[in-house]
Amino acid sequence: MGYTLNRQQADALLAALSKDYTVYAPKRFLNQGRYSATDVIRYAEVERFEDIVWQTKSDYPAKEVLTPIQQALFYFTEDEYRESKGPKKPILILARPCDINAQHIQAKIYAGNGGYTDLYYERVREMVKFAMMECCGGDDTCFCVSMGTNKTSDYSLAFKFSDDGVQVQVTDNAFASYFGDLPQTDYTPSFVEENELKVTVPDLSDKEVRKALKSHPMWQEFNSRCISCGACTVACSTCTCFTTRDVIYGDNPEVGERRRVTSSCQIAGFDQMAGQREFRSTAADRMRYKVLHKFHDYKARFGDSHMCVGCGRCTHRCPELISISATVNKVSAAVNEIKAGLAQK
Amino acid sequence: MMNPVQPKPCTILDVHKESAHEWTFRVETDMKVDHGQFMQLSIPKIGECPISVSAQGDGWLEFTIRNVGKVTNVIFEKTAGDTMFLRGPYGKGWPVDQFKGKHVVIITGGTGLAPVRSMLNLFASQPDMVKSVHLISGFKNEDGIVFHKELEAWKERFSTIYALDNDTKDGWRTGMVTAFVKEIPWDSFGGDYAVVVVGPPPMMKFTGLELLKNGVDVEKIWMSFERKMSCAVGKCGHCRIDETYVCLDGPVFPYTIARDLVD
Ligand SMILES: Cc1cc2nc3c(=O)[nH]c(=O)nc-3n(C[C@H](O)[C@H](O)[C@H](O)COP(=O)(O)OP(=O)(O)OC[C@H]3O[C@@H](n4cnc5c(N)ncnc54)[C@H](O)[C@@H]3O)c2cc1C
Ligand code: SF4
Ligand code: SF4
Ligand code: FES
Repeated sequence: MGYTLNRQQADALLAALSKDYTVYAPKRFLNQGRYSATDVIRYAEVERFEDIVWQTKSDYPAKEVLTPIQQALFYFTEDEYRESKGPKKPILILARPCDINAQHIQAKIYAGNGGYTDLYYERVREMVKFAMMECCGGDDTCFCVSMGTNKTSDYSLAFKFSDDGVQVQVTDNAFASYFGDLPQTDYTPSFVEENELKVTVPDLSDKEVRKALKSHPMWQEFNSRCISCGACTVACSTCTCFTTRDVIYGDNPEVGERRRVTSSCQIAGFDQMAGQREFRSTAADRMRYKVLHKFHDYKARFGDSHMCVGCGRCTHRCPELISISATVNKVSAAVNEIKAGLAQK
Repeated sequence: MMNPVQPKPCTILDVHKESAHEWTFRVETDMKVDHGQFMQLSIPKIGECPISVSAQGDGWLEFTIRNVGKVTNVIFEKTAGDTMFLRGPYGKGWPVDQFKGKHVVIITGGTGLAPVRSMLNLFASQPDMVKSVHLISGFKNEDGIVFHKELEAWKERFSTIYALDNDTKDGWRTGMVTAFVKEIPWDSFGGDYAVVVVGPPPMMKFTGLELLKNGVDVEKIWMSFERKMSCAVGKCGHCRIDETYVCLDGPVFPYTIARDLVD
């Protein structure tokens, strides 16, 4: 089923959907950007068609709806930990294919790893349906095609936005009723088939190669460039790491909550245990750890895909202009050098 | 839906001071754990931390804790009758079934003795389970010695070498545990043995190398790791090394895997 809606009809659709779903989409927040007089685009509840930012990629990923920067796990008193409550209303997320694919990756960790299902992820994920936003081409940091994340079939609705309105494809019958007697039109979404940027992920299946790569001088560059701020992992579509901490409410020191807060392997202290030295004590160590997770370790554990969806948000957010695609290409060069060296032995 | 990180309140039955900074807390619970597994201990308002189960019995578990920070300092303020929260058990413990009928060599540094204590007590109470137990336990100094009574009792049952790093003590040796590896009668085992190593990371590293130097089969060595943990269920990422999660795949690892893990 396909429909073509003008702006007014699109607003009416959004109003009708909002009765049954909490609708999240990329939204512009004026003057909250990194530099003065710049905006930030991130996921938030939307009520009007014009609130939806479809023209450019959001600065922050759709994962923030499912795995917010911080959330309460338990409320406690002296003698009880009471579980926090999940959402009651179903959720509709407007997202590009990379962000939808990113959820399949987050789910491998949150809803599978080690046979444990994370209640806080799963109780939201169960409520989520996706409305795919046809991607109008991304930007010069995107490389979804290289990562195979440019396409998806995991959506209930597909939207193609324009200044005049939106074309819609309905693939999930649960949504048919919102379109009533509107005339049907032909619309099948298309996917980005080529990015400006192309990344070749190096073959790291050889243990000896990986070992040599870990101590390769290429990582040293990051000791002077990376300031270990963690902005890249906060912006990442797939990063999942968090730390739990207890907070007490100011007015009553006996009650409070156990909270989960996003954390980053790029920040010093991520692996530090009380009374022990850090294992990864330099920016170079931490960059190596992140890059190998995204482009080898995750896939080695879970199988089908790499952890990176090629959204380019880390490159976009890095204050030191460190590019993930350039870094992977440097890894490829180092791997070629290592393989040539091993072959000579 | 089951919540794998839900802490449950348990009553502290007893607090025993092993040394100035290492105390054993006995906690009332019916939970069953494998030797070498760990649990998450919680104190509301403060947080949680992973601690090995150091002994177990009918209706109780013991944890031997060093007070080094936020959570452990507050646990040290608790006394019998107080509440502590537990969740777990987590991780993979010692492969006790694989040790059955073999000569077992156990080498520990400091409180590294805690995660093997319950297995040692098992071997002490069921001597037919293994052919022999050789225990090398090292401590920094006399103040650091834990499980005094058990160390004495194990002398009767096992072949033991107890040592202090630099200090002297009656009936004890002086030196690092690595110095005593060559005294284990490896040749008499006929290849039928297993080796367990637990202690601080440098101790495990050098002990591993020393074992190999003594011709010990790399496939017969096991180690237990400690890493920063926030969740213990493979979600928070803090304990990950390469494609391995210490909380899920460990803390006990065969040396063939442990030696290749690069943090
Ligand atoms: C498998 C395993 C087994 C272990 N077994 C034992 C054992 O048998 N005995 C033993 O003594 N030790 C054991 N340890 C080590 C023990 O877990 C650590 O010593 C312990 O975690 C120290 O915790 P702490 O809270 O006292 O220290 P700290 O490091 O001071 O505190 C860490 C806690 O503080 C919180 N925190 C950190 N920063 C902040 C912040 N900025 N704001 C708010 N909260 C914060 C953390 O979330 C965490 O809860 C084991 C470790 C592992 C991994
Ligand atoms: S590593 Fe960078 S490009 Fe890859 S998914 Fe994360 S933010 Fe996107
Ligand atoms: S790569 Fe950039 S964004 Fe990431 S920690 Fe380093 S400086 Fe910060
Ligand atoms: S402790 Fe959280 S992933 Fe292992």
